[in-house]
Amino acid sequence: MTGRDMTGHDMTGRDAGVCQATARVAGNAPAAAYRHLTLDAPGIAQLAQPGQFVALTVGGPTSALLLRRSFSIHRVDPAAGTVEIVVSDAGPGTAWITRLDDGESVDIVGPLGRGFTLPDAPGAAVLIGGGYGSAPMFWLANVLRENGFAIHHVLGAASADRLFGAELADPADELIVTTDDGSQGERGWVSDPLPGLLERTGAKAVYACGPMGMLRAVTEIATAHGARAEVAVEEAMACGIGVCMTCVLPVVGADGVTRMSRSCVDGPIFDATTVRWDAVAGGRVAVPADCLGAPR
Amino acid sequence: MSVDWSTSGVAGDDVPAVDLTTVDVTGVDLTADLGPNLQLPNPLMTASGCAANGKELHRFGDVAQLGAFVTKSVKRDPQSGRGTPRMAETPSGMLNSIGLQGPGIDAFVEHDLPWLKSVGARAIVSIAGASSGEFAEVAGRLVAAPDFDAVAAIEVNISCPNVANRGLVFACDPASSTEVLRLVAPEVPNGIPLLAKLTPDVTDIVPIAEAALAGGAHGLTMINTLLGIHIDTERMRPHLFGTTGGLSGPAIRPVAVRAIWQVHAAMRAGRIPAAPIVGVGGVRTGQDALELTLAGASAIQVGTAIFNDPSAPWRVARELRDLLGQRGIPRYRDLVGAAHQN
Repeated sequence: MTGRDMTGHDMTGRDAGVCQATARVAGNAPAAAYRHLTLDAPGIAQLAQPGQFVALTVGGPTSALLLRRSFSIHRVDPAAGTVEIVVSDAGPGTAWITRLDDGESVDIVGPLGRGFTLPDAPGAAVLIGGGYGSAPMFWLANVLRENGFAIHHVLGAASADRLFGAELADPADELIVTTDDGSQGERGWVSDPLPGLLERTGAKAVYACGPMGMLRAVTEIATAHGARAEVAVEEAMACGIGVCMTCVLPVVGADGVTRMSRSCVDGPIFDATTVRWDAVAGGRVAVPADCLGAPR
Repeated sequence: MSVDWSTSGVAGDDVPAVDLTTVDVTGVDLTADLGPNLQLPNPLMTASGCAANGKELHRFGDVAQLGAFVTKSVKRDPQSGRGTPRMAETPSGMLNSIGLQGPGIDAFVEHDLPWLKSVGARAIVSIAGASSGEFAEVAGRLVAAPDFDAVAAIEVNISCPNVANRGLVFACDPASSTEVLRLVAPEVPNGIPLLAKLTPDVTDIVPIAEAALAGGAHGLTMINTLLGIHIDTERMRPHLFGTTGGLSGPAIRPVAVRAIWQVHAAMRAGRIPAAPIVGVGGVRTGQDALELTLAGASAIQVGTAIFNDPSAPWRVARELRDLLGQRGIPRYRDLVGAAHQN
């Protein structure tokens, strides 16, 4: 994975085109425990790459909920000018978004951040989604397949109702499903089938999106099998555009130095081995002592 | 001249054609008067720490069209800032606990200031330090920068709440406030105004304002955030990694109006020397900007509203201009402190 984006352009999140638009809601359908929203946002639909995200306001211009909510892009249709996202009702802000009706409007900014990158040589690729973290994986799978990759999906969730998109996997792709309670697929964690899958397929490319604990487990398993993983992190963001400095993670740069990097502009896709997982614990991320500018 | 304030559409290199010249089609003169050395074509600025150092926001509007661009507070050395979570949403606002993450003054001077100059921004550089000596050192290195001619003023952030030791909030103490300004002032050439940024988290802000002016400040920026805590009731522990954070957003606007009112009133009464006030705190609309102006602010910063709407600084300028136009008020600067007369 060399920093090429899915169209072969050199992609840097900061310099990529970004739109702020008033998007009309063109669809809002249930999808397992989530809502699947389709938004008319032609500028964003034309620019977006798999792994990028959009940031939506909540409640209109006088809302007391000021902070934008960020969502990984499920897929775009450049011809139709639509952007699709999957929303989990996790609080008053996301609840408002899940209740948007067809024809209503919402302020949207995107596409934001750096997307997934393509490996140099085709082969097998393993795509792992935890809960609705699978939202961007089917679009990514399409692009990888078009580039000659064999796709192996692993979708996991706590229970069957928290799985997203099992029916969206292409029939040509392998699909493995896990649930913590065994209500669908294999009982266990989404990372459980990964060692066997990597050994069987020889995949050297792994992509994952989900909770931090899952991403860390995926990173360790992929690395142990000589595979390169890219992870989509989900850090709390106030702005999504790189100005508030709240969504930082300790990430090792090309120079070997750890910096508190913004997941909205330097991510949300990171080379998994560059993330300092040792600093992540219990819903918090500490500043590693060897981080640039760490408190002394 | 036609004025296009549209903000939709692709930005990037092709930033919206936003123009806010001194006199526009509405006939409103938006010139902001912040003393003989700081005249701005309009009163709208970014608030420090809410717009990074310009590049990110420039995708949504031309930062050169703002009255000024205020940078994120920079210290002498690189700062990692605090761990996460660094923010919590609160009613009509938020708590932030960043901890002045930044590249340090040398990297700022090498990378950020040249960029601001290249796009034609009027930069107001916010400086910070853990000691009065560090403030002076940062100011000295800034003044020595090849691109210092892009600097319109220096904002001296003596009120950041996100420091490990509450005793380091200089603006909680008059003597400390004077001391920082007294050490910074000799480092800065004549003609470059110093704005002292104050906190409302004090018993009486007027003596602090007086102390900052006595130390050499030419103007005051009011207000910084208020100190707050949010407790995660599920985990039963403070939500923020750094426990405390600064409260900002529309929730604190009345506090900003009060602080500006009190200091401007003291100036009008001759109790402290007269000096321009830059108003900041919860401004989301042109009407909010007008409110702070009527309390005594000569220019307005937009901060947390940017997180909600990255176009907010330009939108607020447009709304303020239109508000004055509709009311038949020809000059913005005539409104500064006007509520004290009625």
